[in-house]
Amino acid sequence: MISRRVFIAGTAATTALAAVPAMAADVLKVGLILPMTGPFASTGRQVEAGVRAYMALNGDTVAGKKIEIVLRDDAGTADQTRRLAQELIVNDGAKMLMGFGLTPLALAVAPVITQAKVPAIITSATTSSIVKQSPFYARTSMAGPQSAVPVATWAVKNGLKRVVTLVSDYGPGIDIEKGFTDQFKKDGGQIVEAVRVPLQNPDFAPFLQRVRDSKPDAIFVFVPSGVGSLFMKQFVDRGLAEAGIKLIATGDVTDDDLLNAIGDPALGVITGHFYSASHDSPENKAFVARVKKAANIRPNFMSVGGFDAMALAYAALKKTNGDTDGTKLIEAMKGQSWVSPRGPITIDAATRDIIQDIYIREVKKVDGELYNVEFATFPKIKDPNAQ
Amino acid sequence: MLTILFDGIAYGMLLFVLACGLSITLGLMNFVNLAHGAFAMAGGYVTVIMMNRYGLSFYWCLPAAFLVSATVGAILERLLYRPLYKASHLDQVLFSIGIVFMAIAGVDYFMGGQQQLINLPPELKGRFDFLGIGIGRYRLFIIVLCAFLVVTLQLALTKTRFGSQLRAAVDDGRVARGLGVNVSLVFSLTFALGSGLAGLGGALGTDLLGLDPNFPLKFLIYFMIVVTVGGTSSISGPFLAALLLGIADVAGKYYVPQLGAFIIYALMVLVLILRPHGLFSREGGR
Repeated sequence: MISRRVFIAGTAATTALAAVPAMAADVLKVGLILPMTGPFASTGRQVEAGVRAYMALNGDTVAGKKIEIVLRDDAGTADQTRRLAQELIVNDGAKMLMGFGLTPLALAVAPVITQAKVPAIITSATTSSIVKQSPFYARTSMAGPQSAVPVATWAVKNGLKRVVTLVSDYGPGIDIEKGFTDQFKKDGGQIVEAVRVPLQNPDFAPFLQRVRDSKPDAIFVFVPSGVGSLFMKQFVDRGLAEAGIKLIATGDVTDDDLLNAIGDPALGVITGHFYSASHDSPENKAFVARVKKAANIRPNFMSVGGFDAMALAYAALKKTNGDTDGTKLIEAMKGQSWVSPRGPITIDAATRDIIQDIYIREVKKVDGELYNVEFATFPKIKDPNAQ
Repeated sequence: MLTILFDGIAYGMLLFVLACGLSITLGLMNFVNLAHGAFAMAGGYVTVIMMNRYGLSFYWCLPAAFLVSATVGAILERLLYRPLYKASHLDQVLFSIGIVFMAIAGVDYFMGGQQQLINLPPELKGRFDFLGIGIGRYRLFIIVLCAFLVVTLQLALTKTRFGSQLRAAVDDGRVARGLGVNVSLVFSLTFALGSGLAGLGGALGTDLLGLDPNFPLKFLIYFMIVVTVGGTSSISGPFLAALLLGIADVAGKYYVPQLGAFIIYALMVLVLILRPHGLFSREGGR
């Protein structure tokens, strides 16, 4: 027969046991808004893979909160992004937002998150000015021309003094043109010509001919990653390499996701960027293996942006002890520092933007596949436009 | 300088192959087919699938792209387009733009939204110098192929029995039918031919213009410009218009890159002010 004392103890124990899962079941929703369809669908796929990889490697529970990702597709149109952000916050009760594939998509949610006091972590968009638009933004992709500035320094050091710049004519392109040009001139280089190509027209023939005729040492290029592969092909076809013109670029042109599809023409291209799938670290090996297994793609810089957005969210929740108040969360994000698959990174306490190492890489064949192999590091680069 | 001219001609030729199907449906059959680019896209994706998944030669992809697009065109014409021949232009526009959106969504679903890349056979890659002019091999290939197409089309339209049947069917369907011309068959074949040409253009353009699900919308405006500037009465009109636009576009971007893509629109406005019916319009045409 069970004595009363044993019964009470038993009940208490059961209750205590039951209480643990009840606390763990305290769900925190994170709204993930990405272009999953449309021309920028590859961005969405990559970021999502990164986010899921982080949760697979680090568990779905942090500070007593079970994280639930609510994925929404904005198809790359800004009005959708804004509407989805509003729905996620108001109807689904999301305490954090993430994603935003392009600059206009990120800008569109600024008023929403400011009013609702919900932090939003930018995983992809890079234009300098975004983070200033709301005190609730933080960024884990790249800040403006971060990747271009070290390329300028490297180029001058390696004897490429006369350079033509060629960028796509839109926000990030102009940011990067300015970042590169300022640094390049400061280091004593000469910009022979600055060409801007329309975002919509992928026939680079006339622009490349113009570059060829002005006979520079090198051409510095920024175009969005999908167009980058077309650019590479036409660059080779036009015989610019034979004419002795080197191609230097930001990592968008030799995107890990597309590099193998571009094929051998990409060999030897020098780029500067914050992430390469071949980065040699245990963190990166685990990350690449996880993404390859789960999503069957090679992670690129978009993917690592998603991974680190999740890392930042976890770190902030740990610091607030599970408090989901938006103002406290964004405060907790400031100054966070950790080792990401890309290398050491910090969220600037003053600007909420990312500070990271930029690597100079060369495209090489490793085990029959093309990779951006890193050979020089420029540590702790800040957004040059913010200084 | 001559290199620019050469590039412009190649670009113009490509535009012509892409757009001439539209000038047939719009000009000869009087049907506003905004979905024309979707057939071009179909040709492009046929090429991509054949080359990248099955490793077939690029040269086989070109006729295949033509045939697949032509077949799709013929089927759609039978099932969907035919009931709308008599409908107002607005209905035709709404219908065909709907097809465009369905094509975009369908391709996006099955093939993904990324840029598709193909690797041309080595003999078409690179360039050589001829009398100081840099000539891209692939562009030369396009020019030769398209020039051949233009001549064939022009001859077929003016000199063959089918050509005269088509012109008769367009000018006055009732009389043509009375004279024993199978008007609906003629229209079907013509539509299939136009779609097939678009498919061929899409296949040729994959390497030069890129290919993603938004292709039909991205290039719709170029097709429309070629057809409006060229007038819709003949093959030579759109052909010259396409050449003019190709050269103006390439030269404009070379000499004044700041204006970039705007040149061709300026040119279109100019032409339409001077000749509202296009460069070559047919008196009494509809």
